[in-house]
Amino acid sequence: MEPQHGQGVLKSTKFHRWGPCVALIVLCVGFTLAGPRFASMENLRVIAEHSAIPLILAVGMTFVVLQGAIDLSIEGVMAVSSLTVAMLVLNSRTGLDLGLTGVLLALLSGVAIGFVNGIVVARLRVPSFMATLGIWSAASGFAMLLSGGQPPRIHDHMLRAFGLGRTFSVPNVVIVAIVVLALGYVLQNYTRFGRYSMAIGGGEQVARLSGLPVDRYKVLAFVFSGLLAALGGVLGSAQIGLGHIDVGLGQMFATVTAVVIGGTSLSGGRGGVIQSALGTVILAVIADGMIFIGITPELQKAVQGVIILSVSLLATWHLRSRLRITR
Amino acid sequence: MSEPVLRAEGVSKSFAGVRVLDDVSIEVCAREVVGVVGENGAGKSTLLKMLAGLCRPDCGRIVLRGKTITLGRISDAAAAGIGMVCQEQSLLPNLSVAENILLGHEDAALRVGVFYDWDALHALAKAQLERLGLGILPSVQTDTLSFAERQMVEMAKVLAIEERTQQEPVILLDEVTSMLDADQTETVLTQVESLRNRASIIFVSHRLDEVLRLCDRIYIMRDGRCAAQRNRGCADIADLQQLMLGRDRVGEYGNRAAPESTMEASVSLSVRALSRANSYQSVSFELRAGEVLGIAGARRSGHESLCRTLFGAEKPDSGEIVLDGKSVSFAEPADAVRLGIGYVPAERSAEGIVDRLSVRKNMTLAHLDGLRRGPVIDLRRERELVMRWIERLHIKLRAADAPAYHLSGGNQQKLVLAKWLIARTPKILILDHPLRGIDAGTRVEITSLIHDLAQRGVSIVLIADTLDELIALSDRIIVMREGAVCGSFPALSSGKPSVRQILEVMV
Repeated sequence: MEPQHGQGVLKSTKFHRWGPCVALIVLCVGFTLAGPRFASMENLRVIAEHSAIPLILAVGMTFVVLQGAIDLSIEGVMAVSSLTVAMLVLNSRTGLDLGLTGVLLALLSGVAIGFVNGIVVARLRVPSFMATLGIWSAASGFAMLLSGGQPPRIHDHMLRAFGLGRTFSVPNVVIVAIVVLALGYVLQNYTRFGRYSMAIGGGEQVARLSGLPVDRYKVLAFVFSGLLAALGGVLGSAQIGLGHIDVGLGQMFATVTAVVIGGTSLSGGRGGVIQSALGTVILAVIADGMIFIGITPELQKAVQGVIILSVSLLATWHLRSRLRITR
Repeated sequence: MSEPVLRAEGVSKSFAGVRVLDDVSIEVCAREVVGVVGENGAGKSTLLKMLAGLCRPDCGRIVLRGKTITLGRISDAAAAGIGMVCQEQSLLPNLSVAENILLGHEDAALRVGVFYDWDALHALAKAQLERLGLGILPSVQTDTLSFAERQMVEMAKVLAIEERTQQEPVILLDEVTSMLDADQTETVLTQVESLRNRASIIFVSHRLDEVLRLCDRIYIMRDGRCAAQRNRGCADIADLQQLMLGRDRVGEYGNRAAPESTMEASVSLSVRALSRANSYQSVSFELRAGEVLGIAGARRSGHESLCRTLFGAEKPDSGEIVLDGKSVSFAEPADAVRLGIGYVPAERSAEGIVDRLSVRKNMTLAHLDGLRRGPVIDLRRERELVMRWIERLHIKLRAADAPAYHLSGGNQQKLVLAKWLIARTPKILILDHPLRGIDAGTRVEITSLIHDLAQRGVSIVLIADTLDELIALSDRIIVMREGAVCGSFPALSSGKPSVRQILEVMV
């Protein structure tokens, strides 16, 4: 029997992968035509630098979304990890100087919050939307307690130099982001964590009936997302030199947008980290390009919204069918 | 005969006080094919689920190779060498064929116990597929396969149990052919026959000819009990039917009273040169009030797509649909519904019912407008109407407010039909495989309902599973091949065309 192509309404095509790619190219060409300096090496480096932390967050979010859940707590995690790292390395507040250990403990705070997320969702069966929304608020509150009135300043030279420095003229944060992306790619395609996440998103009931430890992998996805959010928080703090509760301000919305624009379906089971990376870069290009073509700051938010809608439309155009379900 | 491999001894099961299985005992020996037949709701599926570890018996025991076993979960059954293929498919559409076959058992294809070795995984899956003689590529994504191919993959997945347990497996097949057309069914049956020398099989089907062909022994179930047992060669279809129903049976498709008058009836729907790229080209036909028009065609001959177009779910590229003399176009199915067209889809569970909604809400879903009192829905009127139709169509259920997934297949189909009939009688009803997966008793009821509707002037467009069914139900048959209408047969009860005549035009 020869494999035939299904006639299903939700047929997946190669275009699915390339839609966001086309959108990115269209945007880049458009901005370059409007302002040739857009394509300059210096500007591309700025775009890469601006994409780095969002990309790290998006890789973590991708696995949660692939499973059909969502992690809204990342801004809270970033706030906690930011204050944790700032108060454990050499700083203006505590007199501690733990160095790298401090950084690891800050990452561990993200793992811990992710673990709580996972337990509440997988074991206590609270829908992830509500669970992580609650944890976001709780984590932000905790970070606020730590912060007090005056945000602690980071005096650790190693950490600050790493956050702001470059290696072979590539910003260090960009290198970290690329490593994280590569790690995410391997996890997604070559480990049970990634493949089972796909399976859970594709049909949780089937996954359970096939004997997969579904709950364990759900917890793992939230832990991974928490870990990467904490990493994002640490890098952000290293750059601004402060432990600040607003280190991740606006990142949750941006991350979810990037993941979805890239083509990872919110209902789970479709997409991946490469798509999320594309989505992240698209958002960074839009933000940067608007400055280049001279859109006034007051208008930028509105224009960004219109462009996001257009990109989403372009990316999903091939899926249009009267009986397709969109939510 | 050898010692039985798997045996259920006096198992019983009740759901919410209703006894579904009552002291049932069956057994299957090594390399034996055992059939289980019975009407919808006779308890066949529950029995199989019990053997597969999906539910536990209230009393009685399950004995595997002489030892009593407790199957708490499906993985326990798999570890014991018992696998089940269901009517509804349980493959993950977004994963590759290889991943589906080996889901949860990838260990043999991992490098350092962590990283997937895709080549090894594909090779393992390929070996399983080849043992079934399938040429499906293990690396393709599952949702690009046809339904029958997926059914085969499912079979390969279940047979992989054999590898893991180092024993000949027990395979439970629950109505695996009910959603397949004739060619596909033949492929599946041939596979089952070839499994005879390496597995024990319990085969459940509504199609008695299949059961008679495959099975060494047949258990007949009725009302949760094992009513009788027959050996190969000691039973025929009529015999089985009588045992299943516990009474003599009415003619298979009922008798249609004098439909000849439809020739003079007015034309209710006419389709003129309708085309849709890659589906059908320049299709024209007329449908009279009270006429049952059967459309015959092989898979992908365009007839299924045509039906979806008539209901507004797909957009034609050119041509015209004329309803009661007025040219119409549908932007979405809601437009077709408004003009009095109803659609009973083939994939009942996916497209016909919202399975978590109650029976009542499902039934009134398409006609809530007619039940309004001011801005709100008149719940009392809704309830009365629903109860009336439940009674009228003999829908067997626990409560009108129970979720629709509790209903058996035949009763779900009645529910879908009721959905289109309750508020006002539709002008045109499109029936896409209305008798699919439905037992003999319900078949008769639905058939007579179709005839009754035609009698009352409803025009019906019909696609059926078999040509016999199509010929028996239709007043006229058009045949489609590669997207074009290539033949037309009158099929009034005074002179029906033969299957052969239609086949000659069809292929």
